Amino acid sequence: MKKIATYKDLADAYVRWQPLMALRQEAVHAGAERHELLVCGGTGCQSSRSMELLHNLEAEIKAAGLEKKAVAHVTGCFGFCEKGPIVKVFPDDVFYVEVTPADAKDIVHDHLVNNILVERLLYEDPAKPGCHLEKQHDMSFYKKQERIALINCGLINPELFEEYVAVEGYQALAKCLQDMSPTDVSDAIKNSGLRGRGGGGFPAGVKWEIAGKQPGPEKYMICNADEGDPGAFMDRSILEGDPHSVIEGMIIAAYAIGASQGYVYIRAEYPLAVQRLQRAVDQAKEAGLLGDKILGSNFSFELEVKFGAGAFVCGEETALLRSIEGGRGEPTSKPPFPAEKGLYGKPTVINNVETLANVPQIMRRGPAWFSAIGSEKSKGTKVFALAGKINNVGLVEVPMGITLREIIYDIGGGIKNNKQFKAVQTGGPSGGCIPAADLDIAIDYDTLVAKGSMMGSGGMIVMDEDNCMVDIARFYLDFTMEESCGKCTPCRVGNKRIHEMLTEITEGRGTMEHLEKLANLSSVIKDTALCGLGQTAPNPVLSTLKYFYDEYVAHVRDKRCPAGVCVKLLNYVIGDACIGCGLCSRGCPVSCITGEKRKHHTIDQARCIKCGACETVCPVKAVVRSK
Amino acid sequence: MSPKELRADGFKTLEQFIKQFEDKESALIKVLYEAQHIFGYLSKEVMLFIADKLEVPASKIYGVVTFYSYFTTEPKGRCQIKVCMGTACFVRGADQLSRQLENQLKLKMGETSDDLKYSLDSLRCVGACGLAPVVLVNDKVYGKVEVDDISKIIQDSEV
Repeated sequence: MKKIATYKDLADAYVRWQPLMALRQEAVHAGAERHELLVCGGTGCQSSRSMELLHNLEAEIKAAGLEKKAVAHVTGCFGFCEKGPIVKVFPDDVFYVEVTPADAKDIVHDHLVNNILVERLLYEDPAKPGCHLEKQHDMSFYKKQERIALINCGLINPELFEEYVAVEGYQALAKCLQDMSPTDVSDAIKNSGLRGRGGGGFPAGVKWEIAGKQPGPEKYMICNADEGDPGAFMDRSILEGDPHSVIEGMIIAAYAIGASQGYVYIRAEYPLAVQRLQRAVDQAKEAGLLGDKILGSNFSFELEVKFGAGAFVCGEETALLRSIEGGRGEPTSKPPFPAEKGLYGKPTVINNVETLANVPQIMRRGPAWFSAIGSEKSKGTKVFALAGKINNVGLVEVPMGITLREIIYDIGGGIKNNKQFKAVQTGGPSGGCIPAADLDIAIDYDTLVAKGSMMGSGGMIVMDEDNCMVDIARFYLDFTMEESCGKCTPCRVGNKRIHEMLTEITEGRGTMEHLEKLANLSSVIKDTALCGLGQTAPNPVLSTLKYFYDEYVAHVRDKRCPAGVCVKLLNYVIGDACIGCGLCSRGCPVSCITGEKRKHHTIDQARCIKCGACETVCPVKAVVRSK
Repeated sequence: MSPKELRADGFKTLEQFIKQFEDKESALIKVLYEAQHIFGYLSKEVMLFIADKLEVPASKIYGVVTFYSYFTTEPKGRCQIKVCMGTACFVRGADQLSRQLENQLKLKMGETSDDLKYSLDSLRCVGACGLAPVVLVNDKVYGKVEVDDISKIIQDSEV
């Protein structure tokens, strides 16, 4: 690759590579001469064999002799994971969903050769059965979305450096190095109102300013890609779909604070993201956009990828620093903040992936453009990973200030199987559950905290009437208890005690006193734990106690689980379907099932230990759980 | 190669890998990755070897290995079955899949069968939440798994 050593080189490269995007940015018209097929290559779609699909498309194009007229590429996440794998055809702008490898033939023959849409692969509007939509922007899933951090996901091939440059990539960096002082850059980010997208929502520009003002030549810039929230996959999708935007954001941040060394700390459990990021870093190095005297300026910056090894606490800034230094990821108390004293004791800025992906867009389009989007105190957009009992699972980017109802019903398509909405959990293990009564709040950093939850990194798990809120609280505490690093007592011991009490309640051994103790202990942990993990760990308990107190009472006083989830509070009974095969009675470890051969069997409830063995072995599903 | 030669070869590869780092201490996690990749797990012998080559106390190595869930000090089965226990999978019934796997394989979560055929583990979110609940067999992803699919998944994994 030819080095991009000066501003002029970058401008020339843009002119040279811009035609790569021509078909994708062209005004929509059917019956085009040439076509591009973009296949989603995110983790979700790859799990549904999208790479085999891509391969088949290439083979079919070749077999049809269309090599000069059509090409198939991999691209980043389109966000509509529920309907994956997705294929988008340019320039016609046609969006095919749930495409299997076997469908490659029809797409090539019908669409490319005969110019007929493959109707069965088009998205069917759930509001109007039989009505197929061919355009992405006509789907309710996309209508209320606004893409900034995800702007290139589903548009460019993340493995090609040239395509990132062709969508004005690295132009923001050039603008910063050429026309702005480091202080100008942090001022611009401050004025844009960009707040950290990883959890607490600290203003990114202020962080940069503090680190920038520290004396001394040695400073570090770190990207936190240790996305550990179970059920959150926004950072992973950005790294898989548009890794160069994060690298460009990091170089700009490093320039603003005066850092010459950077690290991306990434979860090793994300092999595809690691691979795409590493490739992008290598490309940027080869092009000279990382290294000495970037674009001919006096600024130099090196970047290295570091692996996390599966510890949720390492998402906490100070723990992450200890992990990069090669030790156990145990947090330290703040102050001193990393911006003053961070990696190896030097000033360090840590921003998360989504925050950094916003930076090039802000620098290119200006702080005023960004701050015009969103709510009063939370500017811009936020990416949410919408999952759980919802029709449209996927990745959505929406302006701050949108209501939960809009996200869940308009974008998310409502609750699966027409069940009743019960709660939405935001902020992962640090957040809380928000009930139906609050569906109309406008979501931003501050409203979520006021409701006892938090933004977190943007996980949004929807629950329906079949989910038990006590069991959900127990699930989260099980997680935080396992992930507690053990350094401070409130978190190590306190969360374990909370987990024990919740287990007792779900097993029918709880008392009303438990509920009072839970609330007290939770508030003590919140006040006294060392780091963010411990301080926020009781949130799932406090919020469910607040909004779903009745469910707790049902477990404790009536020994009943209203959602029918807590196994120990259910009765196993044998229904009419029983064929009297005797498998259950032979499989029962306490021999409490009796019945004659080929006749209906019964379970002695007094002796049953509710292990579920009978349910597992029954060939006709006659064993059922009753609430 | 005999198992003994294979092991000696593994140590040689690991030593080569370690040599490339100037700052030995901060390289620890990367070295442990490589070691686990070579040997499948981190035995006492391997940890002492690393301590020696990196000039770091063995206690520190042990502290780091036991801190991170990625590292294991026990050998794992040839067929590693993992149930995603991320929230999205959990609310869609992943715990029922775990129970079914435990019953059928006669193993508890985190255990490996004596013949080293199966390991059963839970893992935290692979990020394929659109396919919840998810079961992984080695690197193969099974999505939207139902309790009734479990026997088939175990059968497939035997091949």
